[in-house]
Amino acid sequence: MGDLFEGYTPARPFGTPAWDEMFEAPGTPRAAARTLHDALQALPADDFESRCAARDRSFRDRGITFQLSGEERPFPLDLIPRIIPEQEWTVLAAGVAQRVRALEALLADLYGVGQILEDRVVPRSLVTSSQHFHRAAFGVEPPNGVRIHVAGIDVVRGADGKFCVLEDNIRCPSGVSYVIENRRMMARIFPELFTSHRVLSVASYPVKLLEALRAAAPGGTHDPTVVVLTPGVYNSAYFEHTFLARQMGIELVEGRDLICRADRIYMRTSSGEQRVDVVYRRVDDEYLDPLHFRPDTLVGCPGLLNAARAGNVTIANAVGNGVADDKLTYTYMPDIIRYYLSEDPILPNVETYRLEDPDQLDYVLGRIDQLVLKPVAGSGGYGILIGPQATDEQLAEARTTLVADPRAWTAQEIVALSTAPTRVGDRLAPRHLDLRPFAVNDGQQIWVLPGGLTRVALPEGSLVVNSSQGGGSKDTWVTMAGPQRRLSQTAKSPERRMAQSATDAPPHRGLRPETGPGFDDTGRQQQQQQQQSGSRPC
Amino acid sequence: MLSRIAESLFWIGRYVERAEDTARILDVHIHHLLEAPVTSEADLCQSLLAIMGMSTHEADDAAALEGLDSRDSASVNARAVTELLAFDVNNPCSIVSSLGAARANARGVSEAISSEMWEALNVTYNSLPSQIDLGRRIAPYAFFRFVRERAAIIAGLTESTMSRDDAWRFMVLGRSLERVDMLARLLSTAVAGGDPSPDWVVLLRSCSAHEAFLRTYRREPEPTPAAEFLLLDRLFPRSVFCALSTAEECLAELDPRSNRAGMADESRRILGHLRTNLEFRRIDDLVQDLPGLLDAVQKGCSSASASLAERYFRQTSPIEWALEGSGLRTTPAAPR
Repeated sequence: MGDLFEGYTPARPFGTPAWDEMFEAPGTPRAAARTLHDALQALPADDFESRCAARDRSFRDRGITFQLSGEERPFPLDLIPRIIPEQEWTVLAAGVAQRVRALEALLADLYGVGQILEDRVVPRSLVTSSQHFHRAAFGVEPPNGVRIHVAGIDVVRGADGKFCVLEDNIRCPSGVSYVIENRRMMARIFPELFTSHRVLSVASYPVKLLEALRAAAPGGTHDPTVVVLTPGVYNSAYFEHTFLARQMGIELVEGRDLICRADRIYMRTSSGEQRVDVVYRRVDDEYLDPLHFRPDTLVGCPGLLNAARAGNVTIANAVGNGVADDKLTYTYMPDIIRYYLSEDPILPNVETYRLEDPDQLDYVLGRIDQLVLKPVAGSGGYGILIGPQATDEQLAEARTTLVADPRAWTAQEIVALSTAPTRVGDRLAPRHLDLRPFAVNDGQQIWVLPGGLTRVALPEGSLVVNSSQGGGSKDTWVTMAGPQRRLSQTAKSPERRMAQSATDAPPHRGLRPETGPGFDDTGRQQQQQQQQSGSRPC
Repeated sequence: MLSRIAESLFWIGRYVERAEDTARILDVHIHHLLEAPVTSEADLCQSLLAIMGMSTHEADDAAALEGLDSRDSASVNARAVTELLAFDVNNPCSIVSSLGAARANARGVSEAISSEMWEALNVTYNSLPSQIDLGRRIAPYAFFRFVRERAAIIAGLTESTMSRDDAWRFMVLGRSLERVDMLARLLSTAVAGGDPSPDWVVLLRSCSAHEAFLRTYRREPEPTPAAEFLLLDRLFPRSVFCALSTAEECLAELDPRSNRAGMADESRRILGHLRTNLEFRRIDDLVQDLPGLLDAVQKGCSSASASLAERYFRQTSPIEWALEGSGLRTTPAAPR
C-alpha cells in the first residue's frame, strides 16, 4: 500500500503549473512543510480514515454545520493543514492592515467631505452608481473613528508564489468561527502534529473583537453593553453568530429583541429594558432598519440608524461600508492606498478591467474566453463566469449582459490559485485554495489574526472556493521558525533518564489526594483490568 | 444508616468528582499546550504533576510500563503525565483508579443507592479498558470526554433518583469537599509555581468556568476578577464558595440537633470557618494572600474529612488472620 502522497501530481490550470503550498518540486516538500510532509507520509491510510471519521462525528455532535442549498452539513474541514511560514505571514499581515487603513480613510472621506472625489483620484460616478453607498450613513460619526471593526481581506497566491488581493470584505465578513473551530479540531485529531510545529494561536480572536467593540462604544459609557445582532436561526452563518456571542460572553439578539426609544436602543430582558451601546450586527445594511432601508424587513430594528446618528449607539461594522468593498472600487485600491497613506501597496491587486471604460470593454469582449467575469454587487461566489471553462453559449450571453450593463460587472485576469494537498478519496490530490485573513480594528491598532480561513475548491480544477459553492476549508498554520518542540514518541533511553532524574525536583508540589476505601478489594480487579488493557498493541 | 455505608457513599462522591476534575484539568492543559506554541511542555507537565502531588519519577515509571519514552531532552513530557494521572492503575489518584474505587464502593452499598446509579458506575468501569485503549491510540481528549460525560450521568442520577436522605447527603458532601480540594490544588499550584501571572483562561477552563466568567464579567479574565470568580462566586456551582456552602448544608442536615447554639460538629466548624474567611475578606487582601489561603483551604478539607470520619464513619477495622508461627494477631486495615 502506498502512502497518502502516492500519485500526487501538481495541478496545471490553463497550461502553467500552479504554486503548491507543500511542494516546491514534485516529491520535494518546501522547507517549512517538511516536518508535516514526513509525518503524513508515515501515516497508515486506515489511521487517516479513522481520524476523518472522528472529525465528522465531532463536528456533527457539536452542531458545527453550514447550510448548503438548504441542507445542513458538517463544516468540511480538510485534515491536511496549510502552512505559512511566519516571515511570509508578517508581510501579508502588514499588507492586510495597510489595506484596512486605506479603506477606513476612504470611507471617512466618502461619507464626509469627499476630498478624493474633488482630487479626481476616483470618479464621482463610482460613488453615485454604487448600490451600497447609503445617503443614510451621512452624519453617522463613529465614536472612535472606526467604521471597519472587522475586515476579511481575501488573498490568493498566484503561480509566482506572491500573494495578491482578490476582494475586500468590510461589511459582515464571516468565517472566523470556523478558523477557531478548525484549530480546535486539528489539535484534537492530530495532537502530535502540534508538538512538532510551533503554530501561532488563533484563540484570542473573540477577546480582541470584544475589546474593539467596547472601544467603539459611544462616549460616556463606563461599562458598555455589546450585543451580536443575528438575522436568526435560519441564517447560514447562525453558528458563527452564536459562537461569537458565547465566546465574548455577550447577548445574541434578533431584531425583535431590540427596541428603539428616543433614539436609544434597548433590549428586552426578563428584568426590563436594558440599554445597548454597541450592536455588532451580522445583518446586511438593507435589512438593518426598515425606517431607512427595506421597509418590509423583519430582522432589523426600526430606529437603529437614527440612534446611531444621534451618537447613542455604535453599529459595527458601520452602515454603508459596501461602497468601499465594491468590486469596482477594488480596481482603484492601489491609487487609493497611495492617495491616503503615501505608501506603495504591499499587496498588489489582481489585474482587473473597468467595463465602463469603452476601451477596456472592447478589450475584454475580445478576450472574454480568457478572463473571469464577476458581478460587482455579488458575493459568495454566485454568478461568477470563468472564461476558459465556459461554453460558447454562456460566453455569448455574457457579452450581451456586459454591453447592456457594464457597471454591474468586472473582468479579471485569471489567477491560477495555488494548490495544496487535499484529501480526495483515500489519497491526497492538489486542490486550489484562497485565504481570508481577518483584521480587527480597535481604533488604536489593526490586529490581524495569525492564520485565517483557507478555503478549498473541492472539485478537480475548480477555482471557486466559496463555501456557499460547496468549498471545503483547511486549518491555516502560521508557523514560527526556531527550535521545534520534539515529538513525544521517540526511542527510549533509560540511561539518560536515570542520569537526570536526580536533578529535577519540582519547585512546588502539593499534597497527594487522600484515598478512602475502595482499594482493598480492587487490587485483584485492577490487575485483571491491567491484563486486559495490556494485551492491546502499543 | 450504617457507618460503613455512609463512608462508602462519601467516597463514591469524592472519587467520581476527582476523576471528573482530573480529566478536565488534563484535557484543558494538554489542549493549551498544543494550541499555544510558546508554552513550555516541561513547565506545564511539572505543574500538572504538582497538582496531584506527584513526582516526575512516577511519571517516568508509568510511561516506562507502557513502553513510552517519558522525556524530551531533560523534561518529562505530556504523554507520560497523561499516562500517570489518567491511565495508571498503580497510581491510586489516577482517573482510572478513582473510577475503579468508586465502583468498588458502590458494589458494597448497591442497596443504598439506586440501581440506575450502580449501573451507571458499573458501565463506566466496564468501559474503561476500551476507552483507555482509544485514548492512548487516537487522542486522550476522547478519554477525558468519556470521563466527564460519565461523571455527569452519575451526578444527574444522584439528583434525579435518590431521595434527599442521609445517603444522598453523604454523597453530595463527598463531591463538594473533593471539588473544593481539587480547585484549591489547581489554584495553589498555579500561584505557587513561581509563575507571577498564571494563565487564568486555562484555570477557568479547567473548571468549566470560562464561559460563565465571560458572561458575568464580559471581559478577558484578569487575575483579581478571575480569582474572585473561582473562589467566591455565589452562583457558579464549581466555585469554592458554592461547594463549601453545599458541604455545610449537608452537614447541618445530617445533624439536625445542633441548630441552637454553637457548633458541636467539628467538620462543620472547620468548613464554616473556611467559608467565612473567604467570604468576608476584601478581594484585594484575598488576592495578596492567595497562596496562604489556598493552603488553608486544602488543610481544612483534609481535617474536615478526618473529623467527619471520626464522627460518622467509626467502625471496627476488619480482622485479618495471620498464619501460626508468625504470631496470631489482628491488624488494622491499611490506614486511610
